[in-house]
Amino acid sequence: MKNETLRPVDRQVIALEVNGERTEMLLPVHKTLLEVLREDMGLTGTKHGCELGECGTCTVLVGGKPELSCLVLPIQVQGQAVTTVEGMAHGSQLHPLQQAFAELGAAQCGYCTPGILLAAKSLVETNPAPTRDEIREALAGNLCRCTGYSKILDAVSLAASRMG
Amino acid sequence: MKVVGKPLPKVDASAKVTGRAIYADDMLPPRTLHCRILRSPHPHARILSIDTSAARRIPGVLAVITGADLPVKFGILPVTQDERALEHEKVRYVGDPIAAVAATDEEIAAAACDAIAVEYDVLEPVMSIDAALREPKDERIQDYGGPNNIHKLVALEFGDVEGGFAHAETIREDVFFYQGNTHLPMEQHSAIATYLDGKVTLWSSTQVVHYVHRALSKVLELPMNRIRVIGAAHGGGFGGKTDPFAHEIIVCKLAMLTGRPVKCTLTREEVFYAHRGRHPVLMWVRTGVAKDGRITAMHFRTALDGGAYGSYGVASTFYTGALQTVTYDIPAYRFEGCRVFTNKPPCGPKRGHGTPQPRFALELHLEKIARDLGLDPVELKRRNFVQPNTRTVNWLRVTSCGLDECVDRVMQASGYATREKRIGHGMGFAVSTYLSGAGTAIYWNDMPHSEVQIKVDRGGVTAYCGAMDIGQGSDSVLATIVAEELGLQPADVRLVTADTDTTPIDLGSYSSRVTFMAGNAAVEAARKMRAMLVEATAAKMGCEASAVEVGDGRIGDFSFEEASVLAEARFGTLTSAGSYTPPRIAGPYKGSGVGPSPAYSYSACVVDLDADERTGLVSVNKIWIAHDVGRAINPLLVEGQVEGSVYMGLGEALMEEQTFRKGLHKWPSMLEYKSPTFLDMPEVQTFIVETVDPEGPYGAKEAGQGPLLPVPPALCSAVYDALGVWIDEIPVTPEKVLEALRRKSKGEPARYGPPMFPPIPYPPPIKVEPPPKDLDHASAAAI
Ligand code: FES
Ligand code: FES
Repeated sequence: MKNETLRPVDRQVIALEVNGERTEMLLPVHKTLLEVLREDMGLTGTKHGCELGECGTCTVLVGGKPELSCLVLPIQVQGQAVTTVEGMAHGSQLHPLQQAFAELGAAQCGYCTPGILLAAKSLVETNPAPTRDEIREALAGNLCRCTGYSKILDAVSLAASRMG
Repeated sequence: MKVVGKPLPKVDASAKVTGRAIYADDMLPPRTLHCRILRSPHPHARILSIDTSAARRIPGVLAVITGADLPVKFGILPVTQDERALEHEKVRYVGDPIAAVAATDEEIAAAACDAIAVEYDVLEPVMSIDAALREPKDERIQDYGGPNNIHKLVALEFGDVEGGFAHAETIREDVFFYQGNTHLPMEQHSAIATYLDGKVTLWSSTQVVHYVHRALSKVLELPMNRIRVIGAAHGGGFGGKTDPFAHEIIVCKLAMLTGRPVKCTLTREEVFYAHRGRHPVLMWVRTGVAKDGRITAMHFRTALDGGAYGSYGVASTFYTGALQTVTYDIPAYRFEGCRVFTNKPPCGPKRGHGTPQPRFALELHLEKIARDLGLDPVELKRRNFVQPNTRTVNWLRVTSCGLDECVDRVMQASGYATREKRIGHGMGFAVSTYLSGAGTAIYWNDMPHSEVQIKVDRGGVTAYCGAMDIGQGSDSVLATIVAEELGLQPADVRLVTADTDTTPIDLGSYSSRVTFMAGNAAVEAARKMRAMLVEATAAKMGCEASAVEVGDGRIGDFSFEEASVLAEARFGTLTSAGSYTPPRIAGPYKGSGVGPSPAYSYSACVVDLDADERTGLVSVNKIWIAHDVGRAINPLLVEGQVEGSVYMGLGEALMEEQTFRKGLHKWPSMLEYKSPTFLDMPEVQTFIVETVDPEGPYGAKEAGQGPLLPVPPALCSAVYDALGVWIDEIPVTPEKVLEALRRKSKGEPARYGPPMFPPIPYPPPIKVEPPPKDLDHASAAAI
């Protein structure tokens, strides 16, 4: 269980557009998008479960597509719109997916929820009436230990039908 | 009832779906230092020296501590205070903490850990139950317990076991193995501490703020009034955050030394080593049955691979023998249990704590007996079901019991009895039970197990309780109960929970106790508050209190707010309190504290699957589950608990394994440690059965653990139905199925499983007279 060794840090100015807001930051080049969102931008809605690209918890949207923010460097997403869970609601109005997750109890501990919401958002935007199997397929990279997935499937279906 | 029984959204749903719930690792106060822990690379070694001087010289390192800074031992059970936050004498598993660093960022902390030089005298590790039973080559892992690396031995006998076997028509013996697995919460453990004015504050992803509070007080040698523990939003526990952990103590100590906030979030690899998960258990069971299938006697032996420390292990050991009698009426019962120490991460409680393993064995064993006798397994089990309002041979009090109804529901819906019989397709059935909270506390005391306070003023209602919502929805249950009694909606009730400074004590989210115990405390507190509001309102209205109706936000002729003004004018500050102490129902014998619960939940399950003869692959088509929850205070949350339990049971049955090679975890990552994904999870049909328990709040019992238990045995019974082979050990991997098929084709026993149970030096059993079976007589006879 050897910890990483210390290395000198290169920094670079990065321009990011997150949830419609543009910012420039001086960042260590090796810092992941996950870390930058959480630690430098205070967007702690994005969670992590492994930081190795294995659990889907850190999913955000880049140009509307789901990406694992623990595997992405900010420099890779310069010039593209990044969406985190904080950017889903319209003002104080929950996104239909958020609404359905709340109503149907699809978030238990809620830790996997932001990542799953974003993966689901990408799905329903490209496929407005997904079947249960299509939802399963789209969310297969997102683990949840609480729900047994049933209520999440129900909630995505419900939200899709309301949005459609 | 206005809100109890309604499928309302959770009170924290919006916070969770917007990313605004604050989990421990989300906190980053100014000047926070990051902590990393140096852990043992050896499964078993004496520490000869620790040199931290190079680490201390690294710029950005503010503190380095070792075991000498935190020498006091702790542990969740008073009888096994065998852990140190940092070990400076001996390490007992890969991952045992040795030193900790606080630095200005995580990378510096990690580099400082690398710079710590530790000299070890490496000892022969003990890696299996068999090895632990033998004399150790070097030295024992712990200096208590024994002989050899045995931690705990128990032997109990209830009723006339020899006589029961003598009267049996058939006697059968079987051996089973339940592999260990881990909780794998999505949230890595995390804790952050601050220190100001001689007071420590800790936010942690724990299930049990009170027990962490106690452990901190002991190890930091501070009075409890100088320590505040707050449960942060919780990213999943399943029993894995029920021990006080080293990192929780370490960040407090580092905050005390540096005067700055200190945070430690375990890496995913560290979470696998922190563990405290399901014990691997080897089991042997011998049962005698009469011609009609009625059990005449049972003898059950277990051997638990405990890992390196005690944790909850003594309780886990008793649990492997406790609940067999709570589903089946066993007239004579002997239980012998043994837990051993091995050089692996300590095992502890995981969903079902110590009972899924024997449940697996028991259900399959009875199924085999039924087939020996040519009886339908469902029928044989039904003939032996316990009846409501009875006491089991080991003195457990059964009140409400919906076993029969649960079975009816899953039988009807699944069509089990008329299933299509063809090779490769099978259905399996099993039942189970679980506690609605342990009847005794972790440490013996006469105080309530849960306490709730309510404050009412012009600003509304606030309820205070130490209970920790770990995602199961305990906050929502509290709000619902208070709202029901005061005629409000759950959203009208403000909650303060899991904060040792501001909330009265609840023992925590374990053993499925919160709805039952905090729920009962909330009912009492809310009814007292309601009585004050009603009395003041009745006086104003000039009527009897009994004529005042409460509901829809009104108390009699007044709005709730007006009523609270009347009551405050009459009584002064409006506060009320309620508490819950479980009845003293433990039997008159040593060890009787593990097993009693004020009420038991019941489940029945049918699994439908296809099993491929060529590949050994099992694919589950559908699961039907019926759960006797007493009363569903919120059916949406109950379904969520049931579905989550089924999912976790299926993961254990098919793929999850916490196993080791040379002391190292074989797959300490989320990719390699297989758990069910969206694609692995079949449709689950859930039936809520309501038996309205006499003692539960509104009749409610537990929902969050029991429904896990029947899934692994039902799955193995379905595999037998499909392929005619018994897989007597989980997980049911394709290799095991193929091996069983190979043995079958060679005319060997068509089975994969442990060949034998090892000889274990159990002491002579403590003989216990069974209680009168009828509950009324039993309570009179009880102590
Ligand atoms: S944190 Fe697990 S995939 Fe990114
Ligand atoms: S809700 Fe807890 S992990 Fe998904």
